Order: sequence, then structure tokens, then C-alpha cells
Amino acid sequence: MSRNLFKAKQYATSKVYRSRPSELKGPEEEKPNVPQGIMTKCPDCGNIIYTKLLMKNYKMCECGYYFRVSANERLVMILDEDTFEEIDQHLTTRDPLDFPGYGDKLVKTQNMTGLVDGLVTGKGLISGTLIYIGVMDASFFMGSMGTAIGEKLARMFEKAAEELLPVIVFTASGGARMQEGIFSLMQMAKVSAAVAKHSAAGQLYITVLTDPTTGGVTASFAMLGDIILAEPGALIGFAGPRVIEQTIGQKLPEGFQRAEFLLDHGFVDKIVTRDNMKDTLAVLLRLHQT
Amino acid sequence: MDLTPWEKVKLARMPIRPTGLDYIELIFRGFVELHGDRLYSEDRAIVGGIAFFDDIPVTIIAQQKGRNTKENISRNFSMPHPEGYRKALRLMKQAEKFHRPVICFIDTPGAFCGIGAEERGQGEAIATNLAEMMMLRTPIISVVISEGGSGGALALGVADKVYMLEHAIYSILSPEGFASILYKDSTKAEAAANDMKLTAQDLYRFGVIDNIIPEPVGGAHNDFEYVTGKVKEAISADLKELMSFSLDEMLERRYQKFRNI
Repeated sequence: MSRNLFKAKQYATSKVYRSRPSELKGPEEEKPNVPQGIMTKCPDCGNIIYTKLLMKNYKMCECGYYFRVSANERLVMILDEDTFEEIDQHLTTRDPLDFPGYGDKLVKTQNMTGLVDGLVTGKGLISGTLIYIGVMDASFFMGSMGTAIGEKLARMFEKAAEELLPVIVFTASGGARMQEGIFSLMQMAKVSAAVAKHSAAGQLYITVLTDPTTGGVTASFAMLGDIILAEPGALIGFAGPRVIEQTIGQKLPEGFQRAEFLLDHGFVDKIVTRDNMKDTLAVLLRLHQT
Repeated sequence: MDLTPWEKVKLARMPIRPTGLDYIELIFRGFVELHGDRLYSEDRAIVGGIAFFDDIPVTIIAQQKGRNTKENISRNFSMPHPEGYRKALRLMKQAEKFHRPVICFIDTPGAFCGIGAEERGQGEAIATNLAEMMMLRTPIISVVISEGGSGGALALGVADKVYMLEHAIYSILSPEGFASILYKDSTKAEAAANDMKLTAQDLYRFGVIDNIIPEPVGGAHNDFEYVTGKVKEAISADLKELMSFSLDEMLERRYQKFRNI
């Protein structure tokens, strides 16, 4: 039965992004279902920012706060204009546990976000270098990984191994998709296997950990990059801070499980600000060209 | 004996239920325990070592619950830290070098959640095991003997053959944790256990595991020799089959097994 887990198995090519970061469209233009005002308030410093300006500035507040970005916004920030070709666009889960209420919630979330699941995968150029790229979107079930995300990642790594291309993955996930139970757990093994296959083919894999990256995603492909980058301040860990506090019965120290904490403990290669991310990736890719 | 999922959860956690070391004692001969990850420390939540299975030297890795409170504290209730997973990987690489099959016994509520575990990279340790076990060039058999909790269990569960005892459970999270996340109420664990499909019978039906080891009425502790006899039979048959494949063929089968879930 596991062979027929997915509704759509066709590859699809579409969604060409035409805007540059400086002309990024606000979400109110792309997704009419997600209304957003002209002004946006920074939850950290309280500053009121003109939304269009925020987009121009890679959704970073002057105070250093990083707003979460959607998968589509991320692709526009990272890829060369007009170069993205999405794969497995329509791949979705078949709700393998037949979990009460999950099917309805999926449809609702799909309609609300305009996404099919919490990950977009495809091929594109970064400063002229052809790569496969996967970007998670925390607005879809907290970016949690179920069978759809696992299958899309496995397919992408297998294609990249075959075509001898690098892979870049931006993680943003609360962990495993609870509603798909043991199948979600097994995606950790499946994706790690595909990463290992890609690695055995001698190809570069870079992960970029963004806020938040936790649970089963941290304990699988997020931590398997040849090079692991992170955005400043991103929450990165295995267990969530609330669970740890409950387990050990004490308050966690300031900065615990933030990107800087992981850098200090040797689990992240480099922290890169959002406005420098594309250039950093471009240099790393060039350094791996033979 | 038809038990409800929740009854199985409770049975799987009973202190009287046999632990990893009990299996090692009855199934293998000449067990030599090996300690430490060579990086940080020795994690007593995971026992590792070498022994004979019939006449074949094998590497054994077992998550170890305590048989009483005192031992449970020293075993951290079988919730490993990163160093436990790194010790397991060290011993698996050693097994690969000496062409020994690896037999894992899974019994954990989950990987430990704590400050030290995060500081030393719990996520990285589990992730590395998943990827390395997939490529390990020697046969791996994993047996979920009681509780298989989340990534902490899977980190010993990427195997050519995965068995579960008839009343063991294997799940994404404890039913209590699951209920607290999805139903916002940890007391709804029984309902969660039903919805999660965490029994050996469910997982066999899904194709996630390969074999169910039968238990006597009342559970494994009621006739442990019967249970270990059945485990031994299964390992014996599967090792024979696995060793008949070329290593490349075996690895391709291992890959496809997980790839198709």
C-alpha cells in the first residue's frame, strides 16, 4: 500500500518568478486569501514599517528582527530572475492513517496558503550556477514533515544525484507531521537515505536553517549538509524549548537553541544575514565547481 | 489475546517486561560489553558490545531500561543522549570493518530532551545515524522489544529487517506527547493511542516492519524463553538470507525498503 501513497506522481514545470527582491510583491497581491495591511508592525521593537519597504529589505526590520518568509518569497530572494522550474508541484499526501479531521484541515490550509504542502522543490540558477533547491514554508502546518514533504525531498535528492547537481535546502519546520504518525517518522529515514545517496555521488548539499528548525527535520536532513548555514537568531534544536523546560523543570538560559548558540557549540558552519545569503551561496557553489 | 492499543502501551511499559540485556543473555553467547563514544562520555542508556550468535560474531546495540528505580536512574530511563547514539555508530562502523552483522534492540520512550542533549547535538547525532546506517556495509536487524519512541528509536531502526514484538509499540511520539500537541490535553493519551496506529499489527499492515514476534498470553515476561526462541529463529533465518546477497544488493534493498514508505 505504501507505494500508492501519493495522489499525484507527475512532474510539473511552472511558476516562473519574474520579480527581483527590489520589486517583491507583497503577499496581498499574490495570495488574495491572506489579507495584509499596508503597514507592518515589528513584533520585536514595535516599529511600524511600510510593508513594501519591508519586502525590499528582505523582510528584515532595522532592529535586526527577521520576519518569516514564505517559500515563494525565499525563492525570489535567492534565485536568478525567471529561472525557477518547480517539480512535483501537485504532490500531496493521501492521509495514510486516515486521521480524524486531517483531510478537512489539509484542504482548508491549502486554500488559505495557496500551497499544496509545506515544501516547494525545483531547479534554478544562483548567480548562473544550476542547482536543485527545496524551500520549506512554516505557514503550512508549521512546515511539519509528512509523506508529501518526504517524498518530494527524496525525489529531488535522487534527481540531483543522477544529474550531478548540488542541492540547497532552506529548512523551516516544527518537526514531524503528527497526523501522519509512523509514516512521518519513516520520512526521516527515507530523506536521510536520499541525502546519503546524493553525497555518495560526490555532490554538494548545503542546508540553510531558518526559524524554526526543530524535531524530526533537525534530526534528519537539516543536520546532514556538507555545509550548514543559519539565519541570525533562528531557533534550531531537537526538542522544542517548552518540552525541555517541562522535562527538566527549569528555565532555559537566554539564547538557548538560537543559531548563535549552535555556532558556539559547533553545529553550524556560518551564520549569514538574509541580505548576504544569495552571495554567500553563490561563492560556496563556485568553490565546489570543478 | 486481543489488547487495545492503550493496553499495549501500558504492557510495553511494565517494569516486569524483559529488557535489552535480558535478550542479550538468552540469545547470544560470550557477550563483551564495549563502552564510550570516544568523544565525550559513556551513555548507559545504550548498551553495546560483541557476542556470538550461534557461531557468528555479531555486534549488539540495545537501548536499556532499568529493572528497578535505581538502575533506571543510571540508565536515564533508556532515554539516550547524543553520546549514546555516537557510541552506537562507533560500534556499527567497527562491525562493518570486521564484517559482523549488527543486531539492535529498541526500547526507548524517546531521545532525551535536556540542555546537555541539545548542546551536544541530539539532532545531529540521530541524523548521522540515519544516514550512516543506510550505507553501512554489513547486515542490520532491529527488534522493537517494548517501546519505540520517535527519532530516538529510529536512530537504531534503519535496518534490513525490522521486527516488533506482538505487544510492542512504535510511534512518532509518546501518546501523551501526541495528545498534548494535537488535542491540547495530555490526559487524552488513550484516544491518541487509538488514532496513532502504533501497534505491531498496524505497522506490519503498513509495510513499516517485516515481522511480528509472537508473545505468550499476558506478555513476554510470562514465557521469556519462548519469546527469545522466536527472536532467535527470525534472526537466524534473516541473517542467512541477508548474507546470501551481495553487499550492493543488500544495500539497494535496504534503501528501497525505506524509500517506498
